Amino acid sequence: MTHLALKNVSKHFGNFTAVRDFNLDVNKGEFVSFLGPSGCGKTTTLRMIAGFEIPSSGEITINGADITNKSPNQRNVGMVFQSYALFPNMTVAQNIGFGLQVRKEKEADVKDRVAEMLSIISLESKADSYPYQLSGGQMQRVALARALAIRPEVLLLDEPLSALDAKIRVSLRGEIRSIQQKLGITAIYVTHDQEEALSLSDRIVVMNIGEMEQIGTPFEIYNFPTTVFTANFVGTLNTTSGEVLDPLKGLVTVDGVQFESASDIKSKRKGDKVRVAIRPERFNFVSQEKKANILDCTIESINFLGSIVRIQVKIGNTKFFVDTFNNPFLDLPNIGAKDQVTCSKEAVLVLDE
Amino acid sequence: MNFITRLRKFPFWSWLWFIIGALYFILPLLATFEFSLSWDPANPLKAYQRAFEDNRFWNSFMYSNVLALATIVVSIILIVPTAYWIRLRLPQARRIVEFITLMPFVVPAIILVFGLIRIYSTPFSIPFTDVVFMQPLTNFKMGTNILIVGGYVVLAMPYMYRSVDTGMRTVDIRTLTEASQSLGANWFVIITRVILPNIRAALLSGALLTFAIVVGEVTLASFLGVNAFGPYLFLLGQHRAYEPAALSFVSFLLTWLAMGLIQLVTGGQGQAAGTH
Ligand SMILES: Nc1ncnc2c1ncn2[C@@H]1O[C@H](COP(=O)(O)OP(=O)(O)OP(=O)(O)O)[C@@H](O)[C@H]1O
Ligand SMILES: [Mg+2]
Repeated sequence: MTHLALKNVSKHFGNFTAVRDFNLDVNKGEFVSFLGPSGCGKTTTLRMIAGFEIPSSGEITINGADITNKSPNQRNVGMVFQSYALFPNMTVAQNIGFGLQVRKEKEADVKDRVAEMLSIISLESKADSYPYQLSGGQMQRVALARALAIRPEVLLLDEPLSALDAKIRVSLRGEIRSIQQKLGITAIYVTHDQEEALSLSDRIVVMNIGEMEQIGTPFEIYNFPTTVFTANFVGTLNTTSGEVLDPLKGLVTVDGVQFESASDIKSKRKGDKVRVAIRPERFNFVSQEKKANILDCTIESINFLGSIVRIQVKIGNTKFFVDTFNNPFLDLPNIGAKDQVTCSKEAVLVLDE
Repeated sequence: MNFITRLRKFPFWSWLWFIIGALYFILPLLATFEFSLSWDPANPLKAYQRAFEDNRFWNSFMYSNVLALATIVVSIILIVPTAYWIRLRLPQARRIVEFITLMPFVVPAIILVFGLIRIYSTPFSIPFTDVVFMQPLTNFKMGTNILIVGGYVVLAMPYMYRSVDTGMRTVDIRTLTEASQSLGANWFVIITRVILPNIRAALLSGALLTFAIVVGEVTLASFLGVNAFGPYLFLLGQHRAYEPAALSFVSFLLTWLAMGLIQLVTGGQGQAAGTH
């Protein structure tokens, strides 16, 4: 059931188009991430949902009711900011209760709700602390509780974790996700961190220069990118230009080397220019098992990246990355050695140029 | 954090400059104080006794304090929303407004007061008719009070605006505003419960400066013919030696006392927010 919907939403700042013809249906309780590079319009889209920007055209609805021009304080939409934005003059409990007090709820109800929220974020002991007495992670949890206390229709989060250090980021994002699921709240999460988007979301909207590039589950976005942009933005990827050799058999060539692909290229003709994309982890060295594509290569360089080892190989005249899991018994090839790598048809993505 | 550990965190140079500044400020005060005690060696407080015996002192001093309070209240009502709106929505207007607030430094008070008198000493009539709907402000007491508070608001504007604006810079008022809005707050709630408490320290310093200006002001008060403390002190200074020194010192103490009271009243949790 559609809960939040954006229909043909655009936003212009003067001559500049920040968001172009954006369409999105979000289901009740769904967690959707906006993922994209800096300046692609993620925040602007979020701010239109919150009511801080009014769309230049298009419509935004919650439960079917048009909220496009409603002021932010009439929308019942919770917002979590990158900079926490806690009220410095109020205690943790007062911060969390603020939205309810503004709604003139009964003192006792406010108190109960604040206690409930404090236990959800496990900060009961900090109820009477002031924001400056908290760590960044604690402040953001309070900000989350404050936004959720008003029982918002939709929870909006704009890069809530980017001011925190790596460890806390990972633990807090897990916490955000579990709270969101427990409360069954619809959430929109803006990030430019693909790992965050992939690990948290029910669906990801990949954005590029104000437009939706692709929408899908993390699984779909990662494994079946439909555009070069998505393919490049999410995960590490070898991309190179190629040419269609046989559309029916799915054959393409990259600088004379032939690859067999499972991508549907029947609509293309022989000689058409395409992008060929292969994830580094989809390659194996032939010693392990043989797949549809078996390719001669030369070892160019070897990089340790912790849990994986990234080996650069040259196939024909084109360089590719090949990832293998690190383990102490790994039989690493020598630089300059000739070898063979293999990958399945499905690993070879053929995208429009 | 207790006082001692807080002290330790202070670097040497901050202290040095603080002490130099404080001396610059305190030494003249001490000199005045010493002089005021030297009238009659047998009775060091003679100057004070004489000064306090005079009813005109109390009247003018109280009157000036009321004027100062009124000026502060009007300034805050006028300047806080203006500075807020400029920071939030009209950053382009910033330069113009800053220029306007600097006018009192460029235009001397004497010109301001003659302008005021010239404009407000004629009755307000409906243009092109003889129908008068208000007597000249200078003709009745309340009117003069309104006029002088208006003038003081202008004189205090550079200090008030700057304090408030600086206070707003130190808290991210834009994001705080948006956070409050998304929680359902309207403008009144945002300004009174979020913005004002968070610029309390700045307001206090603006109020302190305004207070000092108004209580000591002579030009506007004497030309508008009100019995304010400034003209009284001035008059006294022309005829007496020791009492003006005593009064200057006392008025200083009283002003500080008043500010201390404000600090106490508005303090409490403000202390915590202030250290943020
Ligand atoms: N008020 C505004 N006036 C003019 N241009 C704006 C305004 N707000 C945003 N923009 C422009 O719109 C574009 C999109 O901005 P937005 O903040 O939505 O990007 P973003 O995807 O959130 O980027 P980031 O990851 O850096 O936060 C940017 O090019 C920005 O300069
Ligand atoms: Mg952004």
